[in-house]
Amino acid sequence: MSDLRELYQEVILDHNRRPRNFRAIEGANRHAEGYNPLCGDRLSLYLQVEDGVIKDASFQGAGCAISKASASMMTDSVKGKTLSEARDMFEQFHQMVTGNADPLAHPERLGKLAVFEGVRNYPARVKCASLAWHTLRSAVDVKDEVVSTETE
Amino acid sequence: MTSIAARPQVGFNVRRIREDFPILRQTVHGKPLVYLDNAATTQKPRAVLDALMAYYSEDNANVHRGVHLLSERATQAFEDARATVRRFINAASTREIVFTRNATEAVNLVAQTFGRTRLGPGDEVVISAMEHHSNIVPWQMVCEEKGASLRVIPITDEGALHLEEYERLLGSHTRLVSIVHLSNVLGTINPVQQMIATAHRRGVPVLVDGSQAAQHMTVDVQALDADFYVFTGHKLYGPTGIGVLYGKERLLEEMPPYQGGGDMIKSVTFEKTTYNALPYKFEAGTPNIAGAVGLAAAVDYVTAIGMDSVTAHERELLAHGTAALSGVPGLTLIGTAPEKASVLSFVMDGVHPHDIGTVVDQEGVAIRTGHHCAQPLMHRLGIPATARASLALYNTREEIDALVAALHKVRQLFT
Repeated sequence: MSDLRELYQEVILDHNRRPRNFRAIEGANRHAEGYNPLCGDRLSLYLQVEDGVIKDASFQGAGCAISKASASMMTDSVKGKTLSEARDMFEQFHQMVTGNADPLAHPERLGKLAVFEGVRNYPARVKCASLAWHTLRSAVDVKDEVVSTETE
Repeated sequence: MTSIAARPQVGFNVRRIREDFPILRQTVHGKPLVYLDNAATTQKPRAVLDALMAYYSEDNANVHRGVHLLSERATQAFEDARATVRRFINAASTREIVFTRNATEAVNLVAQTFGRTRLGPGDEVVISAMEHHSNIVPWQMVCEEKGASLRVIPITDEGALHLEEYERLLGSHTRLVSIVHLSNVLGTINPVQQMIATAHRRGVPVLVDGSQAAQHMTVDVQALDADFYVFTGHKLYGPTGIGVLYGKERLLEEMPPYQGGGDMIKSVTFEKTTYNALPYKFEAGTPNIAGAVGLAAAVDYVTAIGMDSVTAHERELLAHGTAALSGVPGLTLIGTAPEKASVLSFVMDGVHPHDIGTVVDQEGVAIRTGHHCAQPLMHRLGIPATARASLALYNTREEIDALVAALHKVRQLFT
C-alpha cells in the first residue's frame, strides 16, 4: 500500500471524508460548473469576489476522493487571493499534476497543495485533481458555461 | 437463445485455457494480472495471434479483385471467415453476414439505411433504459432528422425490463425495436426471443445488440427470429476493428447502401451506378481482411472449447462472485435480475468507483469504473458511476477472490 499512500495522502483522505467549504454561497457573484464526462464527476464552484480579491469560495458536487479533496483544499487556499494570484496558482497546480514542473523548486507557491504531487504518477487520475482548478479558472475568467476536462 | 448447461462439461480446463492467452502471464505493479475488464474487451488467444501473423505473412493481398494467387487466397480467407461467422450464429446465408468495424458501426448502418428509409414524422423507435450509448445515439440522430421519436422501455430496480410496459409502447407508430441482449452494466439477459415474437405480432422488426452476448452464450439468429443482430469481434477474443451485422436477406435487399465506394458496386458510369449483391453492397472499400480472419480464428477457438462449457463455467464464476462480493461490508451489487451473466457491477459506501479502480489496480486487478457508456441508465439508477468486474472464459475463482481481497484493502484505506 506504500505506493497508494503517495496518491492517497492522509491530508487528501481527510479532506475527502470531511470536505471544507462544502456549501453554496448565497448571492455569490462568481459561479461555474465543472464536468468530467469520462467519469461523470460534477462540481459547482461559488466565489465571492470583492475588489479583485476572492473573499469566499465554496463548492458542491459529487466525485472521487481526489476530486473532492482537490476542490476542498483549493477553496481553502484561494480565499484571500487576488484573481491574478488564483490564475497563477492554477498554472502551478496544473504543471505539478501533469508532471511538467517540480513543485519542490517553488514550494512556497503551492504550499499544502503539494500533497497532490503523487497524482502525476497516475495519469488516469490527473483530471480528477484538476477538475476543480479548471472550474476555478472558468469562474475567475467569468466564462458563463460548463467547463469540461475534455476541452483542454 | 440462451443455452445453459448445469455444470462445466468434462474437458473444460481453465488452467490449460489460460496457457492459450500469452498476455495473462504477466504481472502488473508486481502482482499477477487479474483481468476482469472483459466487457470492455477480451484478451486474445494464441490461435488468433497466429492467424493474424499467418495471414499477413503468407496470404496478404486485396480481396475480390486480382486474378493472382495471393488475391485468391486472401479472398478465400475472407469469405471463409464469413462462412464461419454464419455458422456461429446460425444465419441462413452468408449473404446475411456484413462485416463492419464494430457493433457501433453495425447499428449506425441500420439506422442510416433502414432507419432513414422507414422513419417519418411521428414514427417511433423503441429502445430500453439499459442501452449502451451505441444503441441510443444512432437512433436519436436519425429520429431528429426524420421527425421521429424514441420510446424507452423502463426497467425495475433489479435491472430487468418491464415487459408489460414494453407491450404498451408497441403501437401503430412503432417502426423498429432495438434492444440489448445482455446489458454491459447490469449483466441482465433480456428475453429477446419473446420480445421479438411480441414485436412481430404487430409487424415490427427488431434489432438485437449482441455486443455482450455472443461471447457468453449460444446465439441462433433463426431461432430468435431476429431481424438484425450485431456484435463485435474484440469482445469475442478476436481483434479490434471487425464487427458483424446480421440482417435478414429480405430486409438487407430493400435497404439502400450505407457508404459508397469500391467493392459495393456492380458497375459505375458517371450517369448511373448499379450496386453489388449482398453482402458486398454494404462493404464499401477495402475491408478489414485480417480482422475477419482473426475473428474467424476466435470463433473457431470458442467453438472448439464449446459455448455451452463457456456459459457453464462463467455461470459458476458469477455465482461465486455474487456470493463473495455480497460479503464485502458496505458493498451493493447493481444489477440483480434473475436472468443475468458475466457482469458484476457494484458500488461501495463512501468510496467513489474511481478510487476503487485505482486501489484494486495496485493489487493487479483490472476492472472498469465509470458510467460504462450508459449515462441514461446511471441516471435511472441514481448513481454517477459503478465499479464493474466482467468475466471471460479464462477467469478463475481465485481471481474473484483476489478482487475481493483488494476490495477489503479499499475499505481499509477509506474508512
